[in-house]
Amino acid sequence: MSSFDVHRYRAEFPNLKINVHGKPLVYLDNAATTLKPRCVIDAVNAYYVTGVSNVHRGVHFLSEQATAAFEYSRQVVRQFLHAAKVHEIIFTKGATESLNLVAQSFGRQFLKKGDEIIISHMEHHSNIVPWQLLCEQTGCVLKVIPINEKGEIIFEEYLKLLSDKTKLVSVVWVSNSLGTVNPIKAIIDAAHQRGAVAVIDAAQGVTHAPTDVQALDCDFLVFSGHKILGPTGVGVLYGKEKWLEAMPPYQGGGDMIKSVSFSKTLYNALPYKFEAGTPPIAEVIGLRSALDFLQTINWEAMKAHKQELLDYGTKKLLTIDGVRIIGTAHKKTSIISFVVEGVHPHDLGTIVDQDGVAIRTGHHCTQPVMEFFNVPATARASMAFYNTKEELDILAKAVVRAKEIFHA
Amino acid sequence: MRDELYQQTILEHNRHPKNFKKLEGATHEAEGYNPLCGDHLWVYMKINDKGIIEEAAFQGSGCAISKASASMMTSSLKGKSMEEAKVLFEEFHQLVIGELKPDEKHHHLGKLAVFSGIWQYPARVKCASLSWHTMHGALEKAKTVSTE
Repeated sequence: MSSFDVHRYRAEFPNLKINVHGKPLVYLDNAATTLKPRCVIDAVNAYYVTGVSNVHRGVHFLSEQATAAFEYSRQVVRQFLHAAKVHEIIFTKGATESLNLVAQSFGRQFLKKGDEIIISHMEHHSNIVPWQLLCEQTGCVLKVIPINEKGEIIFEEYLKLLSDKTKLVSVVWVSNSLGTVNPIKAIIDAAHQRGAVAVIDAAQGVTHAPTDVQALDCDFLVFSGHKILGPTGVGVLYGKEKWLEAMPPYQGGGDMIKSVSFSKTLYNALPYKFEAGTPPIAEVIGLRSALDFLQTINWEAMKAHKQELLDYGTKKLLTIDGVRIIGTAHKKTSIISFVVEGVHPHDLGTIVDQDGVAIRTGHHCTQPVMEFFNVPATARASMAFYNTKEELDILAKAVVRAKEIFHA
Repeated sequence: MRDELYQQTILEHNRHPKNFKKLEGATHEAEGYNPLCGDHLWVYMKINDKGIIEEAAFQGSGCAISKASASMMTSSLKGKSMEEAKVLFEEFHQLVIGELKPDEKHHHLGKLAVFSGIWQYPARVKCASLSWHTMHGALEKAKTVSTE
């Protein structure tokens, strides 16, 4: 970890300085949401203190300033995703809304009865339910790629599911409950060979590795701002221009129109066609700061640091009797889901919280994954680049204490 | 500082739950599910024609709080009338949301007062109340009860 100065980065996160129940916070719930660096907080704050205005409307100074900042954020997101065109970036309220937008706007336009949609067994509910709704509405059929006992997609089974009926494949890049990193390039390519479009849920992926939507050649890609150091309430939908142009609006309202009359309404051009109503302006501005901040980090060193945390945490937890790791994929991000014999995850979560340790317990919005591994819930430690080995030691100690309380 | 959640009584009932079985010949039963944490249990009661709960039992899986709560609830229900059970349900509900302070007010909770500190753990209140809602549902002849 010598090449990665974790303490330099930790200093940028004010939330890391708080105490919880009298102990220093050990924040290991980054897959739920990441902490925010000072620059993001300052950017949001600055908008509210000296820059409040709506965008794309007024001619006054503040409105022009806010519009410029808002649109500059779109440029920064385009660069971050390596998208070809800036109007391929749509701001939404989160990855969930982005997926719903694709399901409702693209899905209802291009999919019909009998068409097939493929997802995987490890999807977050947000990449299951929108497609189920679409299936109910259109008569499409949902197919699910099975996973193996390590928590990996069984690729041969995916290839078997693909057929001429397949119109859309929507798969998670990095699983939030298992940590598995999926071979999305191969998944996208196989979908395209059958003429299906490929949607990537990159909510956990965008912090795992650099994202290049052109190299991936995905048709759509979604992520949430708050899982990548940004504010809550903002997300991104990337879509290829040819699809976005051909899709009908998702919601109607202001800003998404060219002209409105009671006989005919003309829709606005991309990206505004999909951004009805006042957007999350402060959040979009904050997201830009988050991406700027990430660009100052050496991603290779960051990835190595997170891999070290994953390896160390896994080893450390496995030294404790009765700990079982759920999700042991060959390629994993820094997420460790685990169960402890004799201690229910919910009780574990409450007990480690007393030591200031924040982990997630529950089904992580992936109930099919829990069923597959035959557990009602798991505990999950998810590490960001600002976490340390010392924090994992504190987690392990807290787990041991929980076992003692329960005589497990 | 919050009160200790995992008191000995709760840990003991978690380790050795009472009335942890399917009750044959139950007259009232319901299924309870907390989708948030995956707690899932069934509550059974045998109620005679005078409306007295002769037996109560539960089955299922869940955290220590939900298991201990179900164990203690089924123990305390035996011999109570349906009306008394409903009063107890109300009192327990008030207890876990912090509205009923056992030292300050007359109540019928007895040992159940061990859950008096749980309102300080808002995320865990539903764990303690799941079996109670399920029992209440069984009295009202509801089939499944969900605490989302």
